[in-house]
Amino acid sequence: MSDSAIRAGRRVKRGRNAIAHVVLGGGGLLMIAPLIYQVIMSISTNAEVQSIPPTFWPSEVQWHNFADVFTVMNFGSSLRVSVLITMLRVVGQVILCSLAGYAFARMRFRGRGAILAVILSILMVPGQLFLIPQFQIVQNLGWLNTIAGIVAPGLFSAFGVFLMRQFFMGLPDELEDAARLDGANPFQIFSKIMMPLAANGLWALAIITVLWSWNDLLWPLVIASTQDAAPLSVGLANLQGEHANNYPILMAASLMAMAPILILFIAMQKKVMAGIGRSGLK
Amino acid sequence: MSNPTTELRAAPEAGPEEKPAPLRRRLVARGDGAWPWLFILPTVFGITVFYLWPIIQTFYYSFTKWGVFGGAKFIGLDNYVRLFSDSSIPQSLLNTIIYTLIVLMGIPIAVVLSALMESPGLKFAGFYRTLYFIPYITMPAAVGIVWRLVFNGDFGPINWFLSLLGIEGPYWTSTPGFALAAVATVGLWMSLGFNLIIIGAGLREIPQEIYEAAEMDGASRLRQFFSITVPLLTPSIFFVSVVTVISGFQLFDLLYVMMGKANLAMPQTQSLVYIFYNHAFLENDKGYAAAVGILILLIIAALTAVQFRVQRKWVNYV
Repeated sequence: MSDSAIRAGRRVKRGRNAIAHVVLGGGGLLMIAPLIYQVIMSISTNAEVQSIPPTFWPSEVQWHNFADVFTVMNFGSSLRVSVLITMLRVVGQVILCSLAGYAFARMRFRGRGAILAVILSILMVPGQLFLIPQFQIVQNLGWLNTIAGIVAPGLFSAFGVFLMRQFFMGLPDELEDAARLDGANPFQIFSKIMMPLAANGLWALAIITVLWSWNDLLWPLVIASTQDAAPLSVGLANLQGEHANNYPILMAASLMAMAPILILFIAMQKKVMAGIGRSGLK
Repeated sequence: MSNPTTELRAAPEAGPEEKPAPLRRRLVARGDGAWPWLFILPTVFGITVFYLWPIIQTFYYSFTKWGVFGGAKFIGLDNYVRLFSDSSIPQSLLNTIIYTLIVLMGIPIAVVLSALMESPGLKFAGFYRTLYFIPYITMPAAVGIVWRLVFNGDFGPINWFLSLLGIEGPYWTSTPGFALAAVATVGLWMSLGFNLIIIGAGLREIPQEIYEAAEMDGASRLRQFFSITVPLLTPSIFFVSVVTVISGFQLFDLLYVMMGKANLAMPQTQSLVYIFYNHAFLENDKGYAAAVGILILLIIAALTAVQFRVQRKWVNYV
């Protein structure tokens, strides 16, 4: 290829990428514009939020809006509930789903295919079909407005079992055989050899569970309506009902509720994206 | 979704049987005794109590009427008859369909953005990925509050922007029609990050040689996009469209937070799941709510089946 051709090729490439930058940059700005707007409004006065034309920067930064969130809603206890229900569900699902997923992928027992098929059939059923009976179970156990009540159904996951089974199916047999010859029992093989190998699958499961647990609204709305028992999603929905026009406080509360997951997931972005990508595996 | 079950029957047998190693066969034939049952017991228990039995119960409830003081009375098919005479059902079905169609528009957008993002040697690609990914991980209840302000009729930035163009913006979240468009816009905004992850992964699997060959044949970049990228992406596109339709029919959080229970435009905007929630937990009409739930199940099952049937016509599996 001649020099000029190479140069022309480079020019074309640069031209192309310029278009890519314009489109991706413009679109990206649109994507985060609402959040930038939220941040600015969360440090403005209510009068500034409601002014026309909009003020784009507050005349004086109102940091106290974030402190005020604690007086209009029980933010501390909602945060505690959100953290606890998320942690419990992640731990529960990681243990239970990997145990079951491993058994379905690697062990032989009567009825394996049939039991798995029944569990997988749940994946096609929309969540509303479980909601009324689940509510009754929690009510009968006296667990309304408790962490146990919010967490209980979410400790188990048909999706998680399927995800972990797919992972264990993809691991090589040899290590397992060697351990068996050395006299390890199935639980030792599972916990010492297979679990470490399934780290990617466990990450994917944990990430999906964190996202879903932290953000879910409908189930906790039904189960935990009191201020002290409500996780952040319900707390925000209630706050919006009670202080619909106190915009700076709403923006600050919403920002504080999202921040932990946003910071955590942006920091681990590669893992999170890989996990979400994997969860969509066939 | 039919894949896992078919593959599940074939795969476990295929592995051990094909290998000639007698040692392995002996190990497998021995079986694992009671161990597997210990492994699956907690899950089988939890899934039965919290998922399988509830499905049966909900099915039964859909034939009952609930009294004010609890207790359910069997009323046969009355709830299903009522579904047909309840005018809010077709309205909410239409709303759900419109919402889903708007969110589906995120898929072609994601294909174009993804193709640009994967341009060879593009700088800041990681940064762009982060920007588009952020809305996907936000809490619907939290961003719903933000978007309600963004769409505010009096001082929201969208109407201010429209006023610059000489357009008088509507009261988005309290006007039927506009309210649904506003909620769906947010749905699209949130789902784009997920679509990009799945489609981006699909794109990276397309062998670079195909593009190089096309380049040598003098195919333009636009031509490459339509003749290589899009056809080879159809499995990913199919997957995200199935997910989008299923989650579109689950619309609740955004609607609830952006509009609020007391919103007068709610009857013209509500989704099927909102109707379910309303009857089950606000009006304590759980029998009818159960029938609405069964209806949602049937619609999602039918739509998914149709999508799997139609996929043969347009999805290319290599």
